[in-house]
Formats: sequence, structure tokens, C-alpha cells
Amino acid sequence: MSTRLLYFAWVKEKTGIAAEEVELPREVTTVAELIAWLKTRGPEFDHAFARSEVIRAAIDRTHVRHDAAIGAAREIAFFPPVTGG
Amino acid sequence: MIRVQAEDFDIGAEIGRLKAGRRDIGAIVAFVGTVRDQAGAVEEMALEHYPGMTEAELQRIEAEACSRWPLQASLIVHRTGTLRPSDSIVLVVTASEHREAAFRAAEFLMDYLKTSAPFWKRESGPQGSRWVEANPGDDDAATRWKKHAAE
Repeated sequence: MSTRLLYFAWVKEKTGIAAEEVELPREVTTVAELIAWLKTRGPEFDHAFARSEVIRAAIDRTHVRHDAAIGAAREIAFFPPVTGG
Repeated sequence: MIRVQAEDFDIGAEIGRLKAGRRDIGAIVAFVGTVRDQAGAVEEMALEHYPGMTEAELQRIEAEACSRWPLQASLIVHRTGTLRPSDSIVLVVTASEHREAAFRAAEFLMDYLKTSAPFWKRESGPQGSRWVEANPGDDDAATRWKKHAAE
């Protein structure tokens, strides 16, 4: 089953893409593991997630911490701290 | 009610719609956030968001406010796209029987919106453009609502 990954703001600028469908490796079970895996996919991703501690994540449109389990997530998003309002 | 839109809003018309036909409202509080030019440093502000999650978060925040205070009505309107100094960014309106609930709920909505609704601002000016960094004070403002239960 493929998972939809979304990137916003400067995370999107650094990865160079806004959205993609990926087949996640079986060993990737948490958000932190997903970030570690994404960083191996090329210099753009390594750069985008270099300061991974500041990057926020959402699973199926709900904010989650990096230790959250991915489970059967359909959509996972990565973005900087929000600045609306 | 919540809305995410590129268009500007008319605060008078919004309040008029909100209280149309209502005889139980005694207090209405409205907050409008606007673009500042920061002494000439900002000529444009582009607002990006996460369609789908933005609406879900705003609805969640509004439901939370309604569960904490006795509100007769509430409204959040947030704009997206490219804005200029003096343009409106966000509107929060709360209505209750007495003013305290409306004041507190409006402040709560803004504090939570600023730390959880997935919007990102990019400012452009004579010095180039940059993503606005989150203000740690906003986190503090949102956190205080966790310490103090609704009064």
C-alpha cells in the first residue's frame, strides 16, 4: 500500500516537491524512522530534514510527535512550525 | 463556522450574518489580524496552508472553544494567498450572553490558531523574502490555556 507524503513551506522548497506517493519500507514504523529513511533518499532530502527536531509532522491531517506510530496512515505531512493568524 | 478564503472579508457584514435573527446574544467580540509593514521591511506576505488539515484544525479549535465557554455563535475566517500591508489576514468573532465568555473564547481561538492551524507566512520586501519563524511567545500563550481551566 502506498503512502502519500506532503511537504510544506521551506520543507517543500528544500525537497523540491510538494507531494509524492511512496512505498514505505517495512522497517519504517514511526515518524522519526520515516524522517531517517527520507534523509537517505538524496541530498535535497538530507538538507530538508537536517534540523529534523524543528520539523513538525501530521498523520492523516492530525498533528503528531516524531515518536508516533505510522500504522495504516494514508497521508503524512512535514512542515515547519506554523505561523498563521 | 470556519472559512478559509483568498478574498477579503467585511467585518460588519460577517457580524450582521452571525447575529441575524438571534435574540439571545448580549456580547460580540471581534479580532482582526492584519499585515504590518515592519518599518518598510515587508511589501508582501504570502500565506501558504495545508488544504483539508487547515479546515479540520480550525473546526477542532472552534469546537474546543464552544466546549469551554457558553458561546451563542463563533466564526473564524482566515485568508490565504498574497497579501499586502494593512490587508486583513484573519477574523475571529465570538458571541455570548455576557462579555467574559466572548472575550476569553476569542483570545483562546487566536492563541490556538497561531500554534496549530497549518498556515505558513512568507514575507517579501526590499531585502528579499523569507519564511516567518514561529514566535516562542505564541506557544506560551497557547500553553497557558492548558494550565487554567475555563472560568
